[in-house]
Amino acid sequence: MTSSRSPRPPVLLVVLGCLGLVFFAVPFIGLLGRVPWSDLPALLSGPVVGDALRISVIASVAAAAIALVIGVPLAWLLARAEFPGKPIVRGIVILPMVLPPVVSGAALLFALGRRGLVGEPLEEATGLLLPFSLWGVVVAAVFVATPFLVITVEGALRSMDRRREGAAATLGARPWTVLRRVTLPAIAPSVLAGLALTWARAFGEFGATITFAGNLQGRTQSLPLAVFVALESDRDTAIAISLVMVVVSVAVLVALRDRWWGAL
Amino acid sequence: MTAAGLEAHVAVRRSDAFRLDASVSIPPGTTAALLGPNGSGKSTMVAALAGLLPLQSGSITLDGEVFDDPGAGVFMPPEMRKVGVVFQDLLLFEHLDVIDNVAFGLRSRGAGRGEAASRSGLWLERLGVGAMARRKPGDLSGGQAQRVALARALATEPALLLLDEPLSALDVAARADLRRTLGEHLSGFAGPRLLITHDPTEAFLLADEIHVIEEGVITQSGTADEIRLQPRTRYAADLAGLNFVKGVARDGAVDAGTHTLRVADRDLEGPVVVTVHPAAISVYSDRPGGSPRNVWQTTVERVEQVGSRVRLLTGPPLPLAVEVTDAARAELRLEPGARVWVALKATEIRVQPEAAM
Repeated sequence: MTSSRSPRPPVLLVVLGCLGLVFFAVPFIGLLGRVPWSDLPALLSGPVVGDALRISVIASVAAAAIALVIGVPLAWLLARAEFPGKPIVRGIVILPMVLPPVVSGAALLFALGRRGLVGEPLEEATGLLLPFSLWGVVVAAVFVATPFLVITVEGALRSMDRRREGAAATLGARPWTVLRRVTLPAIAPSVLAGLALTWARAFGEFGATITFAGNLQGRTQSLPLAVFVALESDRDTAIAISLVMVVVSVAVLVALRDRWWGAL
Repeated sequence: MTAAGLEAHVAVRRSDAFRLDASVSIPPGTTAALLGPNGSGKSTMVAALAGLLPLQSGSITLDGEVFDDPGAGVFMPPEMRKVGVVFQDLLLFEHLDVIDNVAFGLRSRGAGRGEAASRSGLWLERLGVGAMARRKPGDLSGGQAQRVALARALATEPALLLLDEPLSALDVAARADLRRTLGEHLSGFAGPRLLITHDPTEAFLLADEIHVIEEGVITQSGTADEIRLQPRTRYAADLAGLNFVKGVARDGAVDAGTHTLRVADRDLEGPVVVTVHPAAISVYSDRPGGSPRNVWQTTVERVEQVGSRVRLLTGPPLPLAVEVTDAARAELRLEPGARVWVALKATEIRVQPEAAM
């Protein structure tokens, strides 16, 4: 007997896998089932939702951009440079990823708040006060989300074939040219994947934001904060905002899917 | 001292188990080959000469300019050396078009976009891949990619050319074709050229001088004929298809441990290496007539057909490869296990003092 079919998977794996799928699918079905479709335009056109959407989009995009600017150099240093205390540096950079976001927010408040180590001189010098401002929302998002970019890009830098960088050097390329024309193009898919993860984490950020930047509608209240407030008072609005967040997240996932799956 | 050409003494330890310590000197306009098995340190040599691996001791000088001299604290980074390299795996930039791969070196060395593009196009034409300019390296055949890599290395007009296994990735037909192209471009290149290879044919056809390298040490240097006819190590003898025996010479005889060979040279004494061409050995079913020759009885252990010839491997007392004709095989019934007599003239045995290593 010959058969070209792939072997039947073990029953236990199929059962557990399906259980996992159900676990992930049911919440979305529950959410979609409760959406008050006919009232949706009215619910979403209110000032609260508009403000929160604006703040979320601005803060998450700004956070992803800042993460790119500081995260790629950090990843390069961790992957390539030799310096004392490197494991400690990596620990510091990765810590916000595993820390409860509320604790991250509190730490930011103590450092960058009005009475904070850096916050006080910063306010005296520039008049800029981070807590309870849109900048505070951005800072909180950068703090918790950048590690996703750093570890993704560091991994790519470590696993890439470095011999092409050597080939570029023999062709007369200085280190900066090698970085720009050989290294970055080689890790571009991973940078994009890291950027998507970072943006998604920033877009969904709640704990550090509410602790550090507060919950002021029109100034610091992002979509997740608006959902949290609305759940207490206006369930239909909470569901409508949640739907918006699901739609935006799925859209980004779909838009990036080729690069994303390629690099992760 | 401003000697023209390459003067290199390369000493690098890569691990406790591997150390490269080799000297080569290549005059301008000549091709040297570094011929050795995998893991013998050939690619390490390329990395050191190109500046991708700093020396631990020794020095590298090209046309009087010091590239690397750890004793004097001098190290010139790779981007400052005028060295063109064709790497073993080519290492083309996959995200760039073919023409941008070739233009990369010119752009890095300051050429404008237009000038770099036109000069790169010219190099691609010269190597017969002008039509591929707008393709990506991934869309090329092995031979085309190899030509692009050569164009990329030559486009910056380097003062030294390094070719690391330039033909090893190609099939037989493409190899012969590209070997010709390579020969033409090597002879048109004014500086010293170093060809790294494990293929003796490549080295014999393309190089003026061959350095045999084994386990990080050069064991023999010479012309193709010298290496072919007088190999000094078992590896070199295997390359040339010769039998190789080590022994101790005394009074016109070489004691190889299990057997003593009579040789023509009566003056040699001490450790020697003996090489014998497989076709120089005759095979008989009965003891041949008496003469001052080496004659002994042995067993046929293996029989291999090599084209129209037959290659026998004989057993104790002195295992040797022997080449006979098809007719002789049939006539003498040469099959594994057959008892035969072999004879070898003293004048067919080449004896040389063992290489000092």
